[in-house]
Amino acid sequence: MDDKDPRRFEELVSISDSVQTMYGDELTDSIVKDIYTFAEAITKKAVTKKSQRKMNFDKKIDDLLTSRILGFPIMFLLLGVVFWITITGANYPSQILANLFFWLEDKLTYLFMAADSPKWLHGILILGMYRTLAWVVSVMLPPMAIFFPLFTLLEDLGYLPRVAFNLDKLFKKAGAHGKQSLTMSMGFGCNAAGVIACRIIESPRERLIAVLTNNFVPCNGRFPTLIALATIFVGGLVSSRYSTIVASLFITLLVVFGIAITLIVSWILSKTMLKGVPSTFTLELPPYRKPQIVRILYTSLIDRTIFVLGRAVAVAAPAGLVIWILANVRIGDMSILNHLSMFLHPFARIIGLDGFILMAFIIGLPANEIVVPIIIMSYMAKGAMLELESLAEMKELFIANGWTFLTALNVMLFSLLHFPCATTLWTIKKETGSSKWTILSALIPTAIAIVVCFIVASTARLLGSV
Amino acid sequence: MGLTCDSCGKGILKKKFNIKCGEEFVVALAGNPNVGKSTVFNELTGLKQHTGNWPGKTVVNARGNYEFNKKKFILMDLPGTYSLFANSVEEQVARDFICFGRPDATIVVVDGTCLERNLNLALQVMEITNNVVVCVNLMDEAERKGIFIDIKALEEELGVPVVATVARKGQGLDELRKRVFNIALGVENPKPKKMTYSKTVEEAIEKIQPQIHKILKGKLDSRWVALRLIDGDKTIIDSIHEYIYDDKILEIQGEEVLVNGR
Repeated sequence: MDDKDPRRFEELVSISDSVQTMYGDELTDSIVKDIYTFAEAITKKAVTKKSQRKMNFDKKIDDLLTSRILGFPIMFLLLGVVFWITITGANYPSQILANLFFWLEDKLTYLFMAADSPKWLHGILILGMYRTLAWVVSVMLPPMAIFFPLFTLLEDLGYLPRVAFNLDKLFKKAGAHGKQSLTMSMGFGCNAAGVIACRIIESPRERLIAVLTNNFVPCNGRFPTLIALATIFVGGLVSSRYSTIVASLFITLLVVFGIAITLIVSWILSKTMLKGVPSTFTLELPPYRKPQIVRILYTSLIDRTIFVLGRAVAVAAPAGLVIWILANVRIGDMSILNHLSMFLHPFARIIGLDGFILMAFIIGLPANEIVVPIIIMSYMAKGAMLELESLAEMKELFIANGWTFLTALNVMLFSLLHFPCATTLWTIKKETGSSKWTILSALIPTAIAIVVCFIVASTARLLGSV
Repeated sequence: MGLTCDSCGKGILKKKFNIKCGEEFVVALAGNPNVGKSTVFNELTGLKQHTGNWPGKTVVNARGNYEFNKKKFILMDLPGTYSLFANSVEEQVARDFICFGRPDATIVVVDGTCLERNLNLALQVMEITNNVVVCVNLMDEAERKGIFIDIKALEEELGVPVVATVARKGQGLDELRKRVFNIALGVENPKPKKMTYSKTVEEAIEKIQPQIHKILKGKLDSRWVALRLIDGDKTIIDSIHEYIYDDKILEIQGEEVLVNGR
């Protein structure tokens, strides 16, 4: 016990103080230098270098990828190529999966009829739950199975730190921390993960900025929505030969827009609520690595694709059930679903959406993945009962329900900018430990989404009426 | 020196780092960011955690288990740091774990392609504890870059076991497990080459080291603590207070509760 005597600790403190007055910082540099010299001496004895060729090669690539002029174009080009491969590659398997699911749906329906089960049971289980699941799997799985491995490949090659390097300057200009470019990149995978990644930012002020703005890059849950809508509505604007290119270009633009909003909001925050000077840090560019193909496939297929899909399915199945009930239980002469959407409709029109879409975004709070499935289900439950076998038929369904290019554009913008999903909000609450910032992290994006959609919708209306 | 008081080291592990260890040996995993530390961690423990390729990936300490030669090991993944000077929270966490947690062995993963820069951390860890294994990772990349590392010579220069690995291909990990096993069980007792500093620094150390030794009584390496004080590092004082002296306060409180209970 004697050696834990607090007086001994006081002695230690006094030694520390006297050493401080004696030397100050005088010897700090010397200590560091000595260690470096020692390390150098050891290295000399144990390491022999043959050539510098490979190093120079790495440096040349770095100069190109992070160059002032070409850095950004290369970045957007790569992103565009990734989207293009995803859209092109996903069409065919989507079709096959959809066919398979609806073939199975027919069989299941026969089974229900043979068993003489009540009509509502078939409605809830097949038309409600099964169809939503089928849609989620057939439309979301193929793009994810292509997009995630490609994205992980870029990550594994060591490209993402270069992206961070390119964006670093912009973030500093916005009054935020350079590391925010990294946490933002994480957000492309999952905003909740991005928010957790903000721990790498030491300053609380800059960490909050990063947390509050992480939502402005589309996560895995929202990419499938954006890809599907861009493919049918934006790609559909031009002849089929160019449609995929135009669609991928458009998604790239959306991402750039999201990054721009991130920077603008960061700048505004750092000038108002979260004032301060950005702290500096050194971003080290790791060497390029040969990608580990097996690990990439494992990570992107199991960890990401199955995870996202699993979450979508887990949330979509009960949501499908709820929606079916809402659509089939009537109050007065209208279903509950119609009542709700009628209530939201006037406001939704102002921002270029409709009542069903806005409701889908609200019901989709637990997981962004299910927003489009909910929209589809609401429309189908409304009476337009058609089988959804492909993107083309999804488009027909949407158009039949009054969608235009403008509607699709606003849905995509709203999806990009609106409140984060429940998981992310919960993570923000845990990370910041503050209800105020959690509420703000939902309000700020939602306000921006509403304003942007309002501007787009009004501009289009003005132009249209002229 | 570092392990003269094994039992209280484990006590601190349990109390402050929330690690229960009965039969298990505790192994810390240190290293610079981006040297494949997480890959080594995953390969040793069999966890399929995703390993990222950018700085600052490991913020929270990850923990895993593995078995070797019928002995159980707990592996603590420390934050990736360039030094142990406690410039950042990560550095302080890593330092405190090695210093006060007293793991049975500490693996320092270094990047074979830039050994010189990475050795700084290894040398600093070796100042705190003798039980160090240096794991030179990314040997394949080093080779491709025309860098040849004489592992034997390095081992001699450092005075601790050195193992060459290509973690992502699983190469050299069995040897790493073996050397960790040897150190944890005392089969190997490394004698790290202690750094000699420039004259003024050494003189300053000489002045205060005896007093510090009297106070700490071998709980920590007194030379190292002296160096930290000369360095002007205030965090070490705080940490010593938290990890060593706070125990006393806790114990007193515990006794009081007992007395009142009667």
